[in-house]
Amino acid sequence: MNTAYAVTAVALVAVATVLVGAFGLRISRTTSDFYVASRTVGPRLNAAAVSGEYLSAASFLGIAGLVLVQGPDMLWYPVGYTAGYLVLLLFVAAPLRRSGAYTLPDFAEARLSSHAVRRLAGALVVGVGWLYLLPQLQGAGLTLTVLTGAPDWLGAVIVAVVVTVIVAAGGMRSITFVQAFQYWLKLTALLVPALFLVLAWQSDGAPSHAFDEPAEFREQRVVRVDDTVDLRLTAPLTVTVDGTVDGREHAGTEVGLTAGTHRIDGGTRLTFAEGAEVPAAAHGADDALSPSRAESRAERPLYATYGLILATFFGTMGLPHVVVRFYTSPHGVAARRTTVAVLGLIGAFYLLPPVYGALGRLYAPDLTLTGDADAAVLLLPGRMIGGTGGDLLGALVAGGAFAAFLSTASGLTMAVAGVLTQDVLPSRGVRHFRLGTVLAMAVPMAASLLVGGLPVADAVGLAFAVSASSFCPLLVLGIWWRRLTPPGAAAGMLIGGGSAFLAVTATMAGYPGAGPWHALLAWPALWSVPLGFLTMVLVSLATPGRVPPGTAGVLARFHLPEELRTEVSA
Amino acid sequence: MPQDPTDRRVVVTGPPRRARRSSGYYRPRTEIDEQTTLGHTYVRSLMRIQLRTGLTVFAVLALLIGPLPLVFAAAPDARRLEWAVLGFGLYPPLVLLARWYVRRAERNERDFVRLVEDR
Repeated sequence: MNTAYAVTAVALVAVATVLVGAFGLRISRTTSDFYVASRTVGPRLNAAAVSGEYLSAASFLGIAGLVLVQGPDMLWYPVGYTAGYLVLLLFVAAPLRRSGAYTLPDFAEARLSSHAVRRLAGALVVGVGWLYLLPQLQGAGLTLTVLTGAPDWLGAVIVAVVVTVIVAAGGMRSITFVQAFQYWLKLTALLVPALFLVLAWQSDGAPSHAFDEPAEFREQRVVRVDDTVDLRLTAPLTVTVDGTVDGREHAGTEVGLTAGTHRIDGGTRLTFAEGAEVPAAAHGADDALSPSRAESRAERPLYATYGLILATFFGTMGLPHVVVRFYTSPHGVAARRTTVAVLGLIGAFYLLPPVYGALGRLYAPDLTLTGDADAAVLLLPGRMIGGTGGDLLGALVAGGAFAAFLSTASGLTMAVAGVLTQDVLPSRGVRHFRLGTVLAMAVPMAASLLVGGLPVADAVGLAFAVSASSFCPLLVLGIWWRRLTPPGAAAGMLIGGGSAFLAVTATMAGYPGAGPWHALLAWPALWSVPLGFLTMVLVSLATPGRVPPGTAGVLARFHLPEELRTEVSA
Repeated sequence: MPQDPTDRRVVVTGPPRRARRSSGYYRPRTEIDEQTTLGHTYVRSLMRIQLRTGLTVFAVLALLIGPLPLVFAAAPDARRLEWAVLGFGLYPPLVLLARWYVRRAERNERDFVRLVEDR
């Protein structure tokens, strides 16, 4: 890949983002503009902004990489990310906008008039937001390393600085334009190269064994393994080895590897024959952008698929950067229409990553070995087209990837900064919001520098699971169930979200190595979401005296169309 | 029903939009605004029908998605089917379900407004 083109593309995206943000800044005059864009963002602009914000690095690079390594089962991720918006639309969108709250803590307080619940929700928002920011920063570092060989903290620093500047300077109005711009940028950056790649595939005779399981090498290929990796073979395999395998040195000799796990030392060159099965890298491969740990098909039970579906379907509604955007709609009906438009926009986008995943299985199967599967989207144009054309297309994809980091990171920073400003920092006002922004970005930035190589990949999955088992019950029960009490809401959020958090943390720390317990803890949504709901309902029923007195009026405000509301016409 | 028919005549002859907004004297509106028990019953009926609409669409979604992992697990050779369904096939139904829901939810709200504004 040509470094100069890629650097130019990344720089252009960063500059364009700042410029679009500055354009928004010029029309962002009042404090209301600053926080909620004065609640006048129409469905189309808002939908593009929501989608731009939502399509993160995990969507742009991670899904194609996961599909490349683990096959079509991983396509449940984009399906779940999209269907999450449908569930949000069905139960939350319009009442949430009509609640008139700006953040999830605002919602909790408006519904339950309890300061304690508000603070708990605020802590969860900040926690989930930071968890979600971490992989964005790390992904930016990884991308820049793959593209230019720069040290991996550089990308994270660039993203952090650009995002802090835009958010602190322009607030919500400015961010809305930036996000909408970045949706279209991301779509273009995947669509145009995909068209060329499909043409190249056609002229190659349209080989179609990408859909076969497992992936195979379609020509003799030499793979250089940079970092030591464990390979898992399902069948015996003969390769030509130049380097160290299982502790024995070989110099260009043919070696027959038995089925099972083999350790390949860093710097080894493996030559695979045409038609050889592509071995899978066992745990330890770098999957910083993947929304899950790399697990082979064999050890991914049906249960895990359902856990994934549940977490993404119900987790979307509680993601802090998603929720904040609904307050910028002018009214509940617009909030609903915005959601439908979002479904269309992200659905259209998610048609593309599978194309890259499938082509990656054909033309870059070796990426599974070197642990660079997340780079598949970045590397495919160079591999399949080559020359200046390939370089230019590769640069376009790189620019799009950076847009993905910037947009999601700025949305999350906006949400976390909003909570910090309102609930943590002493007084309100734009200056404190700016302070909150710096704080919102500084913590994950420091964490990403400190944790470095740890598999923080799971942070995205963790964020979804925690959100699905804490905010989802709060929102759904808060909107539809009049007997919800503050103790019930607090207990449900703590037990549901807390158990999901502990389960995934235990898995990341490697606590139960394998077996059914591992799956149960790695994919907690299937039991933690019902647990959160159940706790909230039972504790609420046990404390009937604590139902807030204004509940009926609050629920009327959530559900009545705006034209019936007396205070709205003012 | 309006309490005073003559008043109502006057209101209706005005421009329709403004007439609707200034008509605060019909019973259901007043009941809701003043949060009486009857007013709460009106709100409850709206909530119930909206929740039913949401749950109906959600049930369709669950029936659509729920069996799929089982199907794919039962037929491990149908890889191409899995690629086609998960890669492309599910998005149009999701958007259609969303549009269907929005149409029904907006109709519910229009019907409710018509009911309480007594038109």
